[in-house]
Amino acid sequence: MPPVRGPNAVDIALTVNGHAATAHLPSQRSLLELLRGELGLTGTKLVCNAGNCGACTVLVDDRPVYSCITLAVACEGKRVETIEGISKDGELHPVQEAFIDHDAYQCGFCTPGQVMSIVALLRSKAKPTEDEMRRAVTGNLCRCGAYVNIVKAGMSAARRGTK
Amino acid sequence: MAGLRVVKSRDEFEGEIFESLAIIQGSDLPPHAAGVEFEEIGKSRKRVDGVQRVTGRATYTQDVTLPGMLHARVLRSPYPRARVRAIDTKKAEALPGVRAVLHRFNSPKAAFRGEETIFRDEVRFIGDEVAAVAADDAETAVRALALIEVEYELLPHVTDLEEAISDEAPKLEDGGNVFDAGSLKRGEARQAFKDADAVVEGTYRTSTQLHNSLESHGAVAQWDGQILTVWESTQHVFGVREGLRAALLIPLSQIRVICDYMGGGFGSKGGAGKYSIIAALFAKQLGRPVRCVLTRHEENLAAGNRSATLQKIKIAAKDGRITAIDHTSWSNAGQGRWVANPTGPTNTLYDFANLTTKSYRVVTNAGSLSAFRAPGYVEGTFALEQAIDELAERIGVDPFTLRRRHAASQRDPRTTKAYSLKRLLECYTIGAREIGWSDRRAGGTRGSAPHRRRGIGMGTQIWGGGGGPPAYATVHFNSDGTVILRAGTQDIGTGTRTVLAQICSEELGVELDRISVRIGDTEGPYGPISAGSLTLASVGPAVRLAARDAREQFLGAAAGVLEVPRTELRMERGHIVSKGARTPIAEVSKKLENNTVIGKGSRWPNPESLSIKTFGAHFAQVEVDTLTGEIFVEKVVAVHDIGRIVNPMTAASQVQGGVIQALGFALSEERVVDRSLGRVMNADLEWYKVPTVLDVPEIVVRFTDRPDRRANNLGAKGLGEPPIIPTAAAVANAVANAIGVRLRHAPMTPPRVLEALAVVP
Repeated sequence: MPPVRGPNAVDIALTVNGHAATAHLPSQRSLLELLRGELGLTGTKLVCNAGNCGACTVLVDDRPVYSCITLAVACEGKRVETIEGISKDGELHPVQEAFIDHDAYQCGFCTPGQVMSIVALLRSKAKPTEDEMRRAVTGNLCRCGAYVNIVKAGMSAARRGTK
Repeated sequence: MAGLRVVKSRDEFEGEIFESLAIIQGSDLPPHAAGVEFEEIGKSRKRVDGVQRVTGRATYTQDVTLPGMLHARVLRSPYPRARVRAIDTKKAEALPGVRAVLHRFNSPKAAFRGEETIFRDEVRFIGDEVAAVAADDAETAVRALALIEVEYELLPHVTDLEEAISDEAPKLEDGGNVFDAGSLKRGEARQAFKDADAVVEGTYRTSTQLHNSLESHGAVAQWDGQILTVWESTQHVFGVREGLRAALLIPLSQIRVICDYMGGGFGSKGGAGKYSIIAALFAKQLGRPVRCVLTRHEENLAAGNRSATLQKIKIAAKDGRITAIDHTSWSNAGQGRWVANPTGPTNTLYDFANLTTKSYRVVTNAGSLSAFRAPGYVEGTFALEQAIDELAERIGVDPFTLRRRHAASQRDPRTTKAYSLKRLLECYTIGAREIGWSDRRAGGTRGSAPHRRRGIGMGTQIWGGGGGPPAYATVHFNSDGTVILRAGTQDIGTGTRTVLAQICSEELGVELDRISVRIGDTEGPYGPISAGSLTLASVGPAVRLAARDAREQFLGAAAGVLEVPRTELRMERGHIVSKGARTPIAEVSKKLENNTVIGKGSRWPNPESLSIKTFGAHFAQVEVDTLTGEIFVEKVVAVHDIGRIVNPMTAASQVQGGVIQALGFALSEERVVDRSLGRVMNADLEWYKVPTVLDVPEIVVRFTDRPDRRANNLGAKGLGEPPIIPTAAAVANAVANAIGVRLRHAPMTPPRVLEALAVVP
C-alpha cells in the first residue's frame, strides 16, 4: 500500500547517478517512489513494497538498500546509484557484462536488484569468496531460479575486476 | 490462393489432447540432415536482449507511463462469501483527484470467463473484485477505496479442500462442491488387485502454491477513439486481445495488445484479467490512459495458484512387475472453472495393464487456480513416484529397476500410438551414473552427524511439449541488409527471442547480430500462448520456414541484381556466394532499394500417427536432520529427453530454474488460509517462502540431445515445464531412503518431518 499523503511536502536535494537532483515530495514517499516516479528511473523494480524481495535494491553512499522501505527524505545530501547509473559512456559495468555472459537471468525482473547487490559487494571487497557472493544476494529473490548463474556471474565479474 | 489446404492436427496442451485445424500451403521443410554442421543451432548464445535486461532499459508493463495516465485500484471483498447488497460511492467520488468509480451497479456488462460482469453479485473469496477507482495518482485511488461503503450480506463459506468435500460443508453451487473432472480405465484393475502379490496404498496431499511472479499482473490501457491499445504482462497477447473483445465487444481490428518484456508468469498470465478489463473500461469512459497493476498482496489473493490436492493411490505388483494402479485425486480449484489433472502421469508414464483413475474439481471460497508450470503433473508425480518406490521396497526390488521394467515401451499407453522419440531409459542411465545410484543403500546412510541421515531418490517426468499449429512468422529484409523477424509469441523469460533468432540465422545465412526479433505484439502474425512447453516446437518450425522463404526470394532477387543464374547462388554468413565471388548481402539489398523481400512461414500439423512427448528423470541426494526435521537437498541431477537443444546455455537455465521452483514446492511453499476467516495469512513474500540463493543445491543438468525428427522440422520439443515435474518426488524418495519414513504431504516442512518420525513405532 502506498503511504497516506502527509500534510506537508518537503524539499530534498541528493545526487542520483552522479547528477544533482531535487524533489518536492511528502515526507512519507519512499526512495523507490521518487526514483520510479518523479525521476522516471524505471530500471529499479517494484515487487513487494515491503522489504522482502530486493528487486528495488539501489546504492546509497555505496551501500545496498531496499529503496521501497527507504524514505526519500532519508537520502538528503546522499549519493544514490541505480541500475541506470552504473554503465558509463555506453560501456556496460563488468557485473552487467558477466550477467549476459553467464545467462544470469531469465525474466530479468530481479536483475537490476541482483546486479546492484553484487556491485555493492565488489566495492567493499574486490575478491570475495563464493560464500560471500552468495550472501550478498540472499536478500534478492529470483522466482525464475537463476541463482546458480547469478553467483557464477558475480564471481566472474570479481575475477575480471570492476572499475 | 493456390495450393492452400486445411488439415486436422492433434496437439497436446498441458496433458490434454486437442484437435485443431491447420491451414497449410506449399510443403514443410524436412528435418536437418544428420551430421549437418550448424552455425547457430545447438550453440550457446548469449541472449539477444541481454543488454536491455541488465541495464534496466527493458520496458515491462509496470514501466509503461503515458501522458495523462490515470491509476486504477481495486476494492476487494474482505469476506470469503457475501452478497453485495448496496454500494455507496459518494464520499469516494467527492475526493479530489478521483475520476470515476466502477462497481456492479454502474458497470457496463463485460463478459469474463462465462460470467456477464466482472463485479459479482455474490463475492466468493477474499480478494474478489467489488469496485474499482480511477484517480490522478495511485495514492488517491487507494484513499478512495477506503471511502467506498459496501453493504454485505455474509454467507456461509468453506475454503479448505477436505472440508469442502465433506457432507457438512455449505454447498457453493447447485451441483454441490465436487465436480467430475475426468476418469480413465484400462484393463481390469479390480481383478488385478485381487491377484496381486503385494498391494500398497497411500494418501498424499500437496499444498496450494502461489506463483509470485516478480512482476505482478497488470495492464495499461489507452483508447484513442478507435484503437484500444493495451500493454499487459502476459503469456499470450492474442489471448488478451480475445478476452478484451469478448468483454468490451470491440472488433479485433481495433484492439492491439503489447507485451515487450514480462516479469514471469509461470502459467498464471494466460489471458485478459479483470484488471485488464477495468483499465480498458476506464480508458474508454474517461478518454485517458489508465494503469491497473496488482499489489503483491492482491497478486497472492486473486491472480491464480497451483491447486492443493488430496490424492489416494493404490498400486499392485505380481511377479516383480506393476500390475495395477488406482489413483483418485481431488483438487481445490477455488473459484476456478477447470482443474489440472494430477492423474495425468499415472495415465501415461508407465506401461502396465490395469488402471483406474479419477479426478475431481472441488469448488471453495478461495481464489481461482490458474495453470502453474506443469499443472497437475507436479502434484501427481509427487504421489505416483512415491507409490512406485513404496511398492518396490515392499516387493524387494530396487526402485530404479522396477521403473526400468515399465519405462521401456515405445508406445503411448493412453493412445496406443508409437512415440515419435523416447529415450527415457537413457535418462535413467545418465542420471543413475551422475548421482551414484550404485552406492545407494536401502535404509540410507549416515550423514554428517549422528542425528543426520543421508538418502538418494529418483523421480520420472513425462509431459507433452510437442507444440503444434497455428503459429506464424515473417522475415523481412531491410534495404541495409538487416533482417526483422516477427512472430506472435512472447518471451516470458525462457529466451524465446534468442532461440528464434538463432533458428532464423541458421536458415537464412545471415549473422545473428543482423537479425532483430519483434514479438509480443498482436500487430505481428499470430502465435500461441507461451505455456504448455509449446513455444519452441510451435513457433520455431514456422520461423525456419519463413527464413527459408525469405532466403529463396532474396536469392532470386540477387540473381537479377548480380546477373548470375539463381542456381549458382547461395547465402552464407551474410554474403551472397557464387562461383568465386562473395557479395555482402547489404550490397545487394542496397541495389534493391525498398523493394522488400518478406518471407512467410507457418507451423505444419503434427504427424497423425505418433505421440509426441518429453521425458526425463531427476535424482536427488538429501541429508535429513532428525532433530530439527530439516531437509537439506545436497544434489539434484536433472536429465531430460526433449529432442534437439537449440541453445544449451539457456536450456540449462530453464532446467536449473525448474528444479529450484520445484524445491520450493517440495520444501517450503504453502499458502496458509485461516479456515474460519477464509483469509490467506501469508499473501506476501515475508511468510510465503520462495527459495533463496541459499536453498540451491548442486544441480547437474544433462540432455539426451537427439533431434526428434518425426515431431517437426526442427526436431525440438518444449522444456519450460519438464524440469519442475519430478524433483519433489525425487526429494521425497530420497528422504524416505534416508529416514525410513515417507513424507506424503508437500511441502515437506520440518514439522511434517518430525511428525512423520514421531509416528514410527
